[in-house]
Amino acid sequence: MTIVKSVTCPVCGCLCDDIELVVEDGKVEEVKNGCAICESKFIGYRGEHRVLKPKIRQNGKLVDTTLQEAVKKSAEILANANYPILYGWSSTSCEAQRVGVELAEEVGGVLDNTAVVCHGPSILGIQEVGIPSCTLGQVRHRADLVIYWGCDPWSAHPRHVERYTTFAEGRFEGSEWKGYLQKFKAAAGRKKIKRVMKQAPVKNPPSIEPVTPSEPPQKMKKDGRKLIVVDVRRTMTAEVADYFIQVEPNKDYELMEALRALVRDQELDVNSVAGISVECLEELVDIMIGCNFGIIFFGLGLTMSAGKFRNIDVAISLTRDLNMRTKFAIMPMRGHFNVTGSNTVFTWQTGYPFGVDFSLGYPRYNPGETTSVDVLLRRESDAALVIASDPVANFPKKAVQHLVKNPLIVIDPHMNATSLMADVVFPSAFVGIEVGGTAYRMDHVPLPLKKVVDPPEGVLSDKEILNRILEETRKIKLKQVEAA
Amino acid sequence: MVQQKLRVILLTGRTIEQGVGKERGKASQEYFESVSMCYMDPEDMKKLGVRNNTNILVTTKYGSVVVKAVKYRRAPHTGMIYIPYGPWANAICSHETDSIGMPTFKGIPAQVAPAQNKPVLNMEELLKIEFGK
Ligand code: SF4
Repeated sequence: MTIVKSVTCPVCGCLCDDIELVVEDGKVEEVKNGCAICESKFIGYRGEHRVLKPKIRQNGKLVDTTLQEAVKKSAEILANANYPILYGWSSTSCEAQRVGVELAEEVGGVLDNTAVVCHGPSILGIQEVGIPSCTLGQVRHRADLVIYWGCDPWSAHPRHVERYTTFAEGRFEGSEWKGYLQKFKAAAGRKKIKRVMKQAPVKNPPSIEPVTPSEPPQKMKKDGRKLIVVDVRRTMTAEVADYFIQVEPNKDYELMEALRALVRDQELDVNSVAGISVECLEELVDIMIGCNFGIIFFGLGLTMSAGKFRNIDVAISLTRDLNMRTKFAIMPMRGHFNVTGSNTVFTWQTGYPFGVDFSLGYPRYNPGETTSVDVLLRRESDAALVIASDPVANFPKKAVQHLVKNPLIVIDPHMNATSLMADVVFPSAFVGIEVGGTAYRMDHVPLPLKKVVDPPEGVLSDKEILNRILEETRKIKLKQVEAA
Repeated sequence: MVQQKLRVILLTGRTIEQGVGKERGKASQEYFESVSMCYMDPEDMKKLGVRNNTNILVTTKYGSVVVKAVKYRRAPHTGMIYIPYGPWANAICSHETDSIGMPTFKGIPAQVAPAQNKPVLNMEELLKIEFGK
């Protein structure tokens, strides 16, 4: 039995690097420090849904084949395609992403990562107005006001609050964990009273004050870190927040513009914005201006609803305005563990973070045109390679319909919806468990991923598979040139 | 009075169960259960006469799908339903990218109707119907 310490968790953009694994007989047996999703990954990696042999579609069915055969078939598909899509990349290492760029250039395809259906609009917003950001270390040690806007870290980044924000024990700011425990106990007590009241033979039981009233609660006046959640529905994170603001769906833009006006001391001549009273907003702005170091974390609640990248634009502008009064930063809550890395690698190789089109021989970027969903909706692509992602499960139906009509190559450790539709399936080793590499945390800090156990026999890493496809594709292309 | 249909706003997103399920494997039962469901406001469920854990039919301009209605514990959010990301949600999400590459996954107008007698399709059945493979 060996204990491997300081393992980086290859699941979400938090990239927690304090995971401890107990390895026995070349298998991970126990996970310490991780959240539920992390545990599920480290224990589930060797589950029954693992693909161990390359597969190829014959007579409409996926059948086992050899690696050489699968590489050859994939290279043929890519070399003969006019406009292939190479999509995914967010759950693999930077080293594999780098080979991907080379392959995309070689075959003149569209290179796109999952950011396009996730934080793509954030990137567009950032390109528009820049971003005043910081590292998560800064937040952990200094932030006394944390705002989660349109995101629910409790569900998507379970340890974010504990490691980097309100519940983290920073050098200059303490953890608020104890306070919350008390609050929860109190809330549980209140619920109990409510239950008893309901059963009591009293006609009109006195109403019980809700846990978060619409006015900023007394708690906002306490010392120490404060947590505000802005969302369209009460999430798990909202439950622990000091102040929860329920915004009407698709109204974030208005709300932020209103806040901007208030930060600049302008008056609003309406009574409420996005379902929230102006008095409330005024108090909110006072809290924001009154902090020493505030941070806004935003999620897909902003990028996916009406306004899309304009929401990010205005969120960043709000942060900029706030910086005239105090210190404020903003950061997107990146989802997959290395989606930030794929943006970074693509940018240092091609100049663009996603949606890179090589069809003219040089990189071109025009979101809305060279982005994978749009290419699919226009039915222009004629083949696709999908790596470490599942577009059949995550793209809108109409886009998927075109994706699965053409030859499809999938590289993934698990069987997923996309591999079920594929023509060639490569099993690959789990990055961060069976192969090492580099990944970028959501604040752009690169961290090493560890190899903890050996991959199953014959299963290669993403990087190795891509290298082999690239080599084979080059050979075919060379032959095509010679023949011409 | 019980209504036949209810107009709502559809949101899609992550849940921790979906996260755990997807890491277990997309073919796992955990994943299926975590994404072929829909959180609803208890008041809305009452309006439709839908009980917890029974099936509903969600329809948008882009398609329709049968999922299991589950009561949301942190209500109220009347007029809003929430389906975790996955093939079921995508069967009814908007593909309009507004020229920036990003489809609309949140804030889509939708309609909910009870569908006690219609089954929730499993992943393979759903993919077969949607994409014929
Ligand atoms: S929060 Fe994210 S990175 Fe950290 S342990 Fe959980 S899944 Fe892994």
